[in-house]
Amino acid sequence: MTDLQRPGADWELQFVIAGCLERRLPVEVVGSGSKRGIGRPVDGAITVTTASLRGISLYEPNELVMSARAGTPLSQIEAELAARGQMLPFEPIDLAPATGGPQGAQTIGAVFATNMSGARRIHAGAARDHLLGIKGVNGRAELFQAGGRVMKNVTGYDVARGLSGSWGTLAVMTEVTFKVVPWPETAATVVYLGLPDNLAIEVLSAAMALPVEVSGAVHLQASVAARLNHPGLRTMNKSVTALRLENFASAVAGRKQRLKEALKVYGKALELDHRETLDFWGELRRLSVMPNRDTLLWRISTKPTTAPKLVAAIKRYMDVDAFYDWGGSLIWLEVPAAADAGTAEIRRVTAIHGGHATLIRAEPAVRAAVEVFQPLSPALERLTRGLKGAFDPAGILNPGRMYANL
Amino acid sequence: MTLSRMPEPDRTVLDRSGTIVKELEALLGADGVISEDDGRRAFEADALTSYRQTPLAVVLPRSTEEVSKVLRYCRQNNLKVVPRGAGTSLCGGALPSADSIVLGTSRMNRVLETDFANRTITVECGITNLAITDAVSAEGFFYAPDPSSQLACTIGGNLAMNSGGAHCLKYGVTTNNVLGVKIVLMDGEVVEIGGPYLDAEGYDFLALVIGSEGQFGIVTEATLKIVPTMPAARPVMLGFDSCEAAGQCVSAIIGSGIIPVAIEYMDKPAIEVAEAYAKAGYPLDVEALLIVEVEGFEDEIEKLMRAIVDIARGYNPKVVEASTSAEHSARIWKGRKAAFGAMGRISDYYCMDGTIPLAKLPEVLARITQICAQHRLKVANVFHAGDGNLHPLILYNANDADESRRAELAGAEILKLCVAVGGCLTGEHGVGIEKRDLMDVQYSPSDLAVQMRIKSIFDPNWLLNPGKVFPLSALEAGERPAAEQAA
Repeated sequence: MTDLQRPGADWELQFVIAGCLERRLPVEVVGSGSKRGIGRPVDGAITVTTASLRGISLYEPNELVMSARAGTPLSQIEAELAARGQMLPFEPIDLAPATGGPQGAQTIGAVFATNMSGARRIHAGAARDHLLGIKGVNGRAELFQAGGRVMKNVTGYDVARGLSGSWGTLAVMTEVTFKVVPWPETAATVVYLGLPDNLAIEVLSAAMALPVEVSGAVHLQASVAARLNHPGLRTMNKSVTALRLENFASAVAGRKQRLKEALKVYGKALELDHRETLDFWGELRRLSVMPNRDTLLWRISTKPTTAPKLVAAIKRYMDVDAFYDWGGSLIWLEVPAAADAGTAEIRRVTAIHGGHATLIRAEPAVRAAVEVFQPLSPALERLTRGLKGAFDPAGILNPGRMYANL
Repeated sequence: MTLSRMPEPDRTVLDRSGTIVKELEALLGADGVISEDDGRRAFEADALTSYRQTPLAVVLPRSTEEVSKVLRYCRQNNLKVVPRGAGTSLCGGALPSADSIVLGTSRMNRVLETDFANRTITVECGITNLAITDAVSAEGFFYAPDPSSQLACTIGGNLAMNSGGAHCLKYGVTTNNVLGVKIVLMDGEVVEIGGPYLDAEGYDFLALVIGSEGQFGIVTEATLKIVPTMPAARPVMLGFDSCEAAGQCVSAIIGSGIIPVAIEYMDKPAIEVAEAYAKAGYPLDVEALLIVEVEGFEDEIEKLMRAIVDIARGYNPKVVEASTSAEHSARIWKGRKAAFGAMGRISDYYCMDGTIPLAKLPEVLARITQICAQHRLKVANVFHAGDGNLHPLILYNANDADESRRAELAGAEILKLCVAVGGCLTGEHGVGIEKRDLMDVQYSPSDLAVQMRIKSIFDPNWLLNPGKVFPLSALEAGERPAAEQAA
């Protein structure tokens, strides 16, 4: 049983980290703990949670900016924003349902610490693109801040953004400041059924090249589409290729026609109305088409045009079910359980086609044994060690979470 | 006007200059090195022209390999290196020291690959910002960040400073539009970070490199995101009796859910100068002028313009003029785009770049006028209102030493004010030498230490673009941290 620390103030967190530093105790850093099943398991003597660092400290709807304590639940943030007709542009994805964690529990700090973005990332940018500033405590037990609360800021190095996606291995964030946007007035989805992967990606690329601001571009193989809740799409027994438009109503209507006209050679399009659109993309945001089971889940980032080839190449070695997001540049790939998680083949194929792969779901023993995150080039590894040393020279924060020896 | 002093040059390096030039010539050939006085003098300053220093030599490598050779040589010989794109920095980011080698990227200006299906372009670092858009515009795409100097400035410089521009309200700044870079470190090692895919693996080194002001390494290639060009864009011009009304109007537009492509602000002194020069038809009887641009299909533009004008009516505008044609749009933009140049024709000016929370706009503008009046100087304001990025232009006579000094003092007070109201020292120009000694106004010693340690990872001997970004006092006091590897 590890010791659980719930600091309620920055200085308390600093005090806890200072104590751990002095005794060289490894610290597991968590928010709500909903992503504990992702990454390499951390053997912490102490677990520090940001859960008691809660609350929205600044919200200026007219400036599109919010600051919140790192442990504030995302659900609270989104409710506050929705009350003023605003949202997080990058549509943070909830990995908990796919990895056995509690759904809807994640904290805003963890959203940025893992840089997890959903479908709108292709149009609006990633979580990290919206991070304006942070406060935190590093592995030296120093309380520091980086960035600020204004939209444009190049004062010194971009340390706040540099900490996004570091999975708590460099610092424990205590507060984050980020950009928000208005909810679009309406949304609609244009769907093509039964396209093979390569044609589907062609459709997504063609749509993304049009000036209609597609804000979601996904392709679900038939086996994956069969897991959707949407009754119409679930029972078609066909792959689903979907494009989302968001804007004011007359613009969505006009753009939808332009989109369908440009893509008419790919067949007749179905349409989802505003309500259905919210439901469909909501499902994808919870990754409910990749439910938690004893298969493995990989997340692969590559070029859209390469993605179908990459999936086909992996399919030569194992059964795969693929969900393509981000216009094809992100592949959620479900593969059968295996002692090495299919690492050898998946990493080899990814290396050939370009990109990077992360093992998202596997038994802890598997995640402890294989490289969960993309192995780094020697040059990047040297910089990675340097950065870890700059923030956490004693290696006490989430040791081994990203890389076995770091 | 030289409040910021450069570190003392290293005498032992200056004494070896003949040998150093010969050795550099051996690496790059004689035509890759500029060592004669006239040639070097062309590199003595950037767009912050009040600071000048001729470098020891200038090298103009043609490839990543040559950059690597030069940096390795300089590292081995403990020589400082100052990277330079087009030299358009407004903060002295490309200012050399007497004992430094300027590394110019002008010969590395090719487009390496355009990939329309995947919406990326890969370029060499010396290409101009506008040439990137030119390379993809025929296919209906553009590269979004658009600094005012985009005709001249290079992507390498944009990466170094994380440059913005008028369009970044909608499209983001440089860091939001870069997928990967090839960077040469001071020891000559070539590192690829990211690539033609989203969200680079591992730690976000792209975020750290972009905006590192040329202090981490020399980026030689970059893979950038390109986006479809919207069918049309048109501005509406709104004139107000007070800056409060204009500021509130900006907040109301953004709060309404409309994100225009650009919201530009000019105050009365700026309007007068721009109008005299560009004949854009600006009203001369208003205190503040907004140019709000929206884009989309024609029917969408109509609707957005109507919505914006409706909002503006709530703030008693004296002038409402929506563009009705491409010519009309060009005329409205002509004055804004010419504003800095027009100002330069009537006076020397010192261009500030602080960013503030939008709600503080009226208060800050009033204080800026006060500060400048106290220093017996005039000021004009031209800036990106949508994101609170101010550009006060402090007018002064560069040939008057006392006035120059007062301009710099007023500038420092304005920047301190920006920080005090919750903003920052620089929104898009960078720290460089100009704002170096104000960094401790915005950051605590531990905040600065966190940044300085990152510098030490990339450049342990602090040879790249020295004397910039951090207060000289901190550097000279030996606060430069050693790079340490994780245990």
